[in-house]
Amino acid sequence: MGTKRHFRVWRGDDSGGDLQDYQVEVNEGEVVLDIIHRLQATDAPDLACRWNCKAGKCGSCSMEINGMPKLGCMTRMSTFEENETVTVTPLRTFPIIRDLVTDVSFNYEKARETPAFAPPAGVAPGDYRMQQVDVERSQEFRKCIECFLCQNTCHVIRDHDENKHAFAGPRYFIRAAELDMHPLDTRTDRREYAQAEQGLGFCNITKCCTEVCPEHIKITDNGIIPMKERVVDRRYDPLVWLGSKIFRRGQVPQTFVTSAKHGDAVHSHVAHGGVHSHAGDSHDPAAEAEAQAGVNWHREVPRPTAPAVDDNGRLPLTELTFDRAAAPSPFGDDVTFPLPPEHLNFAHPEQDKH
Amino acid sequence: MTTTNRIERHHYDVVVIGAGGAGLRAAIEARLAGKKTAIISKSLFGKAHTVMAEGGAAAAMGNVNSRDNWQVHFRDTMRGGKFLNNFRMAELHAKESPQRIWELETYGALFDRTKDGKISQRNFGGHEYPRLAHVGDRTGLELIRTLQQKIVSLQQEDKAELGSYDARIKVFDETTITELLLDGEKVAGAFGYYRESGEFILFEAPAVVLATGGVGRSYKVTSNSWEYTGDGHALALRAGATLINMEFLQFHPTGMVWPPSVKGILVTESVRGDGGVLKNSDGKRFMFDYVPDVFRKQYAETEEEADRWYTDPDNNRRPPELLPRDEVARAINSEVKAGRGTPAGGVYLDIASRRSAEEIRRRLPSMYHQFKELADVDITKEPMEVGPTCHYVMGGVEVDPDSGAAFGSVRGLFAAGEVSGGMHGSNRLGGNSLSDLLVFGKRAGGHAASYTDQLTVRPKVAIGAVEAAVETALAPLQRDTGESPYQLQQDLQVVMGDLVGIIRREGELADALGRLAELRERVAKVSAVGGRRYNPGWHLALDLRNMLVVSECTAKAALERQESRGGHTREDFPAMDPMWRRVNLVCSLNGDAVRLAHKPLPKMRSELIGLFDRAELAKYLTDEELADFDALVSDADAEEAGN
Repeated sequence: MGTKRHFRVWRGDDSGGDLQDYQVEVNEGEVVLDIIHRLQATDAPDLACRWNCKAGKCGSCSMEINGMPKLGCMTRMSTFEENETVTVTPLRTFPIIRDLVTDVSFNYEKARETPAFAPPAGVAPGDYRMQQVDVERSQEFRKCIECFLCQNTCHVIRDHDENKHAFAGPRYFIRAAELDMHPLDTRTDRREYAQAEQGLGFCNITKCCTEVCPEHIKITDNGIIPMKERVVDRRYDPLVWLGSKIFRRGQVPQTFVTSAKHGDAVHSHVAHGGVHSHAGDSHDPAAEAEAQAGVNWHREVPRPTAPAVDDNGRLPLTELTFDRAAAPSPFGDDVTFPLPPEHLNFAHPEQDKH
Repeated sequence: MTTTNRIERHHYDVVVIGAGGAGLRAAIEARLAGKKTAIISKSLFGKAHTVMAEGGAAAAMGNVNSRDNWQVHFRDTMRGGKFLNNFRMAELHAKESPQRIWELETYGALFDRTKDGKISQRNFGGHEYPRLAHVGDRTGLELIRTLQQKIVSLQQEDKAELGSYDARIKVFDETTITELLLDGEKVAGAFGYYRESGEFILFEAPAVVLATGGVGRSYKVTSNSWEYTGDGHALALRAGATLINMEFLQFHPTGMVWPPSVKGILVTESVRGDGGVLKNSDGKRFMFDYVPDVFRKQYAETEEEADRWYTDPDNNRRPPELLPRDEVARAINSEVKAGRGTPAGGVYLDIASRRSAEEIRRRLPSMYHQFKELADVDITKEPMEVGPTCHYVMGGVEVDPDSGAAFGSVRGLFAAGEVSGGMHGSNRLGGNSLSDLLVFGKRAGGHAASYTDQLTVRPKVAIGAVEAAVETALAPLQRDTGESPYQLQQDLQVVMGDLVGIIRREGELADALGRLAELRERVAKVSAVGGRRYNPGWHLALDLRNMLVVSECTAKAALERQESRGGHTREDFPAMDPMWRRVNLVCSLNGDAVRLAHKPLPKMRSELIGLFDRAELAKYLTDEELADFDALVSDADAEEAGN
């Protein structure tokens, strides 16, 4: 009762490959992964494809179907037109191993770099007490099946291999968010970590990750944005701001994750530059050189911030409580001039061939 | 042969084969004991079949009903397994699972909570009290992710201390072990290949923990993933270990039967625990007709009483939809055979008409999601079509209950989780497998570590054995005259599904053995096209011989056991026979041939058997055993009177 349908499947390995055409039987109620399996059993026994549960729970069969990052087991054939060609390609962001299988080790490396859950000291197993409402926020992120579709679709790394070093990707932002929101996690620097080490600042909230998430996790709205907002909160909290002034050029406060342990100048610069976009204190030669080479469009452009006014619409300060004479700078007090070139949102037309 | 020189070699103290719940828990324990540990995973790290477990992990924490304790859990487990369980395993499991669950919280797990902030526990078929720690209906995922993240955190500690993440615990993902290597009777290592490159890899290690899961891929309709090819069962057999209870396979009563692409995918039992009912095509709630006498006392007789139970479980008996899995599977099978099934050959599971849409979505989020996405069925509006699906094998490696060390001639081999046998007897209760993984994973990992401590000489891998393993592994690629592995797998699945399925008959089982013998010849000549890089056809060709030998064990044991019990139903012997309860069927390998032996079950300790009513025991025990029990009770009474 099946009909013949036209499939194009990318075949090849790291040395190259191309789309191959197959006419293959499709039955009612089948999904794309069924068709891949039928191809394996008939025309292409060595067609490489990852899969496990075939129920959308393990996140193995990630692939790009007609260009869209999807799970093969969750893409019903009935979603295509009767005579539509179905094109199946491997995830574009990761190196090819063979056919539909890619090397996703990038994700496991980033997972290893993310600091683990820090259990509360002195609470014995069995004595953990948490309210449902408090665990639910983290539970949303723990639904993640690690299909890496969000990582694959994120434009920060999709066509920019060079960003992979400094950017952990949406999957690990929500891991950081999950731990940040965990009622009993004792680390207090999850957000700073995300900003300084994971490259949260690269994300400019295009929500592509949320769109492709098969678990419908609101990656951007519930994970990334709150993390960004809290980082901003801290930066604009007068006390924190004051603290950061005190510690500025000496040691960073203890809760702050330093980049120094990487011992990698470029990396730590990129990550750091993301945090202090307008801090104006990064006149180091490497940064200058990088800025000359072209604009990094994936760096964080600071989001417009509303003035920190009180309920009456006024700044909650007077000269008495303010820490210096005269009015605050309209550009923000942590901005010094001239602005370093890498913080300017301008690309020279001649150089804009990057 | 020069090929062996170029094989990548690794030295470890403990090699854990399998990266599901049991494997990861075993690896954590071995690493905590200070052993250099390797985890071998057929898939990517964190994709193991454990993620499929939806309902929860059974542990008598008593958070929801304080009357629950390990004795009640033990009783439920033995009852569910029809008293064929290894009592010591059931005892350890019931006693230790609460600690294992609490431990997960210290690794970062986030279970659903009760009002007072403890781990919430839900009802499940066969459990007397709400007992399953859960996270919505994705408990297995939570468990695997938690263990995965614990391993990462151990790696981070090692990195800080020793400079490398992999210093003491390393995950070899997408790697398959094809052979265990022995030095005399001692395990010396394991041989396999990287799926990605097709290159071979040799682990030299004095202790191996098998945690490879089950055998479901030998069946046509199964909830199991491609990995479930009985690798650990077959590796153990070939290394001289023994398998028990291989005739007992659990068919999950409610797998999806429509649409075809998701045939076999499970609908969690919590749908029934949360109010879902089974109906036949006449709309009749038929489970009331299928309550066996042994359960009569605990289950409601009217729909009214059953419905009251959900809100007032202390004063009402349970709905029959919550009978143990085998009873539900058999009931559905009977309804379908009597012509009262759905068009797709199942029955209806209806929760839509019984709970509000909002409540269904909240209590069963991934179930709702799964049906909506996969089948475009809205379970808040229409009933599901479900039927029995091959789900779990109770049988497995015969192990020492306390240490998980394999019996038979081999030393240094351990097994935990689905690949080990005995814990669940003839039928596993839902929720007991997740806690089984943790309890016995920890034990196997710990005992494997201490086993290496007491070795005075490290066993050596024989080069000849490695050469033989290379030859065996490459053979399918070098033949071009044999059949396709996919065809052979399909044929095997037909034989097992049709002839050694949920309802079995002597003639069919004998027929199955004949066909399996034919298949064995064909599998020996299987050929795979293509090269060594990520070639699924080749991988399947290598898995086939494992599936085959395990299927033979199942068919042989099923033919031998002339009774029906738990996951083994003989149409020609429909009743339980107390004489057969005293017997385990033990499979071993004699050359290539499967040998079957009878072995008496260990006798339950008196304080454990004393936990049961005489009336209940009378349904399972022989007169002789009952006389022993009576003597025990009167001794105890006399002692009490004496005090």
